[in-house]
Amino acid sequence: MRWAVVVFPGSNCDRDAEQAIRLVTGDPVDLVWHDADDLSGYDAIVLPGGFSYGDYLRAGAIARFSPVVRAVAREAERGKPVIGICNGFQILTESGLLPGALLPNRHLQFRCEMTELRVETNDSPFTRLYTPGEVIRIPIAHGEGRYHAEPEVLEELRRERRVAFRYVENPNGSVDDIAGILNPKRNVLGLMPHPERAVIDWMGSEDGIRIFQSIHAHVEEGLSHA
Amino acid sequence: MREPTPEEIRERALYRNLGLTDEEYERVVEKLGRLPNYVEAGIFGVLWSEHCSYKSSKVHLRRFPTTGPQVLQGPGENAGVVDIGDGFAVAFKMESHNHPSAVEPYQGAATGVGGILRDIFTMGARPIAFLDSLRFGPLDDVRTRYLFAQVVAGIGGYGNCVGIPTVGGEVQFSPTYRQNPLVNAMCVGILRADRIVRGEAKGVGNPVFVVGARTGRDGIHGATFASAEDPEEKERSAVQVGDPFLGKLLMEACLELIATGAVVGIQDMGAAGLTSSSAEMASRAGGGIELVLDRVPVRETGMTPYEMMLSESQERMLVVLERGKEETAFSIFRRYGLEVADVGRVTDDGMLRLRWRGEVVAEIPVRALVDEAPVYERPVGPPVSPKPASIPDPRDLAGAWLDLMRHPNVADKSWVYRQYDTMVRAQTVFGPGMDAALVKVPDLDKAVAMATDGNGRYVRLNPKKGGAIAVAEAARNVAAVGAKPLAITNCLNFGNPEKPAVMRQLADAIDGMAEACRALDTPVVSGNVSLYNESRGQDIDPTPIVGCVGVLDGIVRRMPSVPRESRGLKLVVLGREDDALDGSLYAELACGEPVGDAPYLDLAAERRLHDLLQRIAAERAAEAVHDVSEGGLAVAVAEMALGAGCGAVIVAPDGVRPAGWLFSEAQGRAIAAVLPDRLEALLDLARALDVPARVAGEFTGAPHVEVSFAEDRVRVPLADLAEAYRNAIPSLLGQDAVDSRATL
Repeated sequence: MRWAVVVFPGSNCDRDAEQAIRLVTGDPVDLVWHDADDLSGYDAIVLPGGFSYGDYLRAGAIARFSPVVRAVAREAERGKPVIGICNGFQILTESGLLPGALLPNRHLQFRCEMTELRVETNDSPFTRLYTPGEVIRIPIAHGEGRYHAEPEVLEELRRERRVAFRYVENPNGSVDDIAGILNPKRNVLGLMPHPERAVIDWMGSEDGIRIFQSIHAHVEEGLSHA
Repeated sequence: MREPTPEEIRERALYRNLGLTDEEYERVVEKLGRLPNYVEAGIFGVLWSEHCSYKSSKVHLRRFPTTGPQVLQGPGENAGVVDIGDGFAVAFKMESHNHPSAVEPYQGAATGVGGILRDIFTMGARPIAFLDSLRFGPLDDVRTRYLFAQVVAGIGGYGNCVGIPTVGGEVQFSPTYRQNPLVNAMCVGILRADRIVRGEAKGVGNPVFVVGARTGRDGIHGATFASAEDPEEKERSAVQVGDPFLGKLLMEACLELIATGAVVGIQDMGAAGLTSSSAEMASRAGGGIELVLDRVPVRETGMTPYEMMLSESQERMLVVLERGKEETAFSIFRRYGLEVADVGRVTDDGMLRLRWRGEVVAEIPVRALVDEAPVYERPVGPPVSPKPASIPDPRDLAGAWLDLMRHPNVADKSWVYRQYDTMVRAQTVFGPGMDAALVKVPDLDKAVAMATDGNGRYVRLNPKKGGAIAVAEAARNVAAVGAKPLAITNCLNFGNPEKPAVMRQLADAIDGMAEACRALDTPVVSGNVSLYNESRGQDIDPTPIVGCVGVLDGIVRRMPSVPRESRGLKLVVLGREDDALDGSLYAELACGEPVGDAPYLDLAAERRLHDLLQRIAAERAAEAVHDVSEGGLAVAVAEMALGAGCGAVIVAPDGVRPAGWLFSEAQGRAIAAVLPDRLEALLDLARALDVPARVAGEFTGAPHVEVSFAEDRVRVPLADLAEAYRNAIPSLLGQDAVDSRATL
């Protein structure tokens, strides 16, 4: 399988994602510039963290107009796994591929620290190698990570078990302690924590490994059945 | 508005407003052989400012050792470069942004970070880390709280966005910095040792480009402003505004362009903007440069040559390309959406020549501007010898211990560094909170260690010894994580150099630093001087800040400051035991001001300790090592115990003064936490390297830290230590900045 890591002007976790994918899966990875309009050659797509367009106006608000976001939407529609990390999550909500919005942290400060997350479902291409209810350690680093959604949306997320991760101790004021959510088809994941920063022993946690392994396993199975 | 004529400049002494003294103006006239016009006088004013010319410090800076087999580039370039082996090198430098941060703290700090970042990538290095050394007045003052919170936000605002982790630094608080906060930013980058790029305008006929932001009217006079006292009296317009998004694009584009080999020379337009970048690049190449100012992209119409030359608009680079490679450069800059303009040519006539609207508006010999800038041997006052002090014992040892734990200099700084992205780039092995930061070199089993240190209290009491301690402590922190200290950068933050007493502090501190650099084999490869840190006639305590860089071969050898599993580990004090309280934070709290001499320092013993710390890490003879610094052994042991969440029992040597043994800040010491079956190995290493080592106690399961003396004993619950240490800064900030979780 082949991965695309999308690079917007101002992305800064693109190489981190590339490093993690190569290390964990050994798969080929391309860094794809934001003006690409066709991602059909890729089996999985990563929207990495950073400050696309400086996060001016609002995090992710300008990046959503990049040509590549239309290509991402097309591949998501075809059922390919798309994962948005931090700024990538913000771009996914801004572009409507995921519901809700990410607001400035309740305390109005940027926050970078290791957090504990509860895995809420393993029914997704991203979490199949975790155990539901398992607590894992993945760091956060964001200023606008407070998840917000209307009550009907939250009810739907709960009913359809589309909350993928919750914070054990809420670091930013997210509603319902939400750290990551899935789309209705469960092939698009947005999460604020950075799994690519938890894949080697000296990083202080290796709990992010299984996200990349899960995606790899999901795609490889699909390819072998195709 | 009409510009004054050359005659008016002389007759009305208008050059004084441009930062030139009467003598300096006469010197300009002599160098030119005529009266300078307004643009020329302005250019001399900024380039001959203290900030750009180092005219007061230059004669003293020459005493720093700057060479060694590890040095690939010493002072004089955009940054220093040292060899870290395996074909790789590290570029690093520290710079002050004190004056702008005192006026506009968020932007002052942010542009300080952006400026030092550009100094690193112009060497051809990929930036890998920031560190920040900050000094403020006490937090009981509302303006200080504002400055502190905004400086921290500004550092994070820029650093987080450009995607370079802020991995270390330190913050101290003292009344001496109430009017003059210090903001010193350091950046470290990695490059191939054979691919160093220099800021030289070489090759006659090569084109010169301005890349990045348009030139506006912001920041005019920034450099002269930084060289004058009482910044608050000065224009706010002299402060610039940073754009980290543009800074990130510039960095990526420039690194990509440098990799093509098309770049002859490149330099940030920092202080004194287009003026200093063009003159310095021409000076290094020994040639000249000609600029056509009509082609400089500007933000507003009607900008004059004077304004264009003196603007300090951020995120601009001056680039000299090899002729014929222009298209390569244009295609890269276009892809990043960056503006680029061909503004001139490299010449061989040694002149800085500016054209505008078809006329030559300035023509100055580059040598006169840079190499022949004034150098002052300012009067140096008599040496001050430290006064012996009688420092009282506390009524209650445990209370004094807790007072130190909650002093903001000692207390937990996570309120600060939680606002920095410490892990972006995914190479951070040790971030803030360890003795030194450790950042991995991608694709190699190697890491760069870095630490900043500098204690104004020590330097105030004994400038020479205090200067030496700044170097010793930074290098010790690097050695504590197992790395070999290689070289240092520094920021010399001092008061008004026109006062002989201040010049004495500067001269002596430099002597002390130089001696320590030689003893520890850590030459100075870059640095910066910030003078006139004074307000209403009051100078700050002399505060040289040292940034030390080292290399660790083998990530597995990294030595943390706190053990993972602590129970049962033996605690060993390394280095000469001491119970003198000279210069200590305890003494300052007990006496109301810094007293006595600077703490004990023996540079030869210090060097042996650093060698031992590297051996301990290489042979895994300890589970953790923590440097003893402000607050003494008591604080060092408490920090290890709190980090490990485990109590400890310690026995002091016979015959020591209890308060002295607990709180002495004597240098050259560290504590090692050792597995019982590795104890002999550690003691053997210490004996072989002639470093005193005494098994002083162990981590226990008990919920307290206890120290026994011959006739006394002090026991403090871990919970009390934790409360004092962790709540101090958030509670001092009070409602301005409450802990996040409390508000949820």
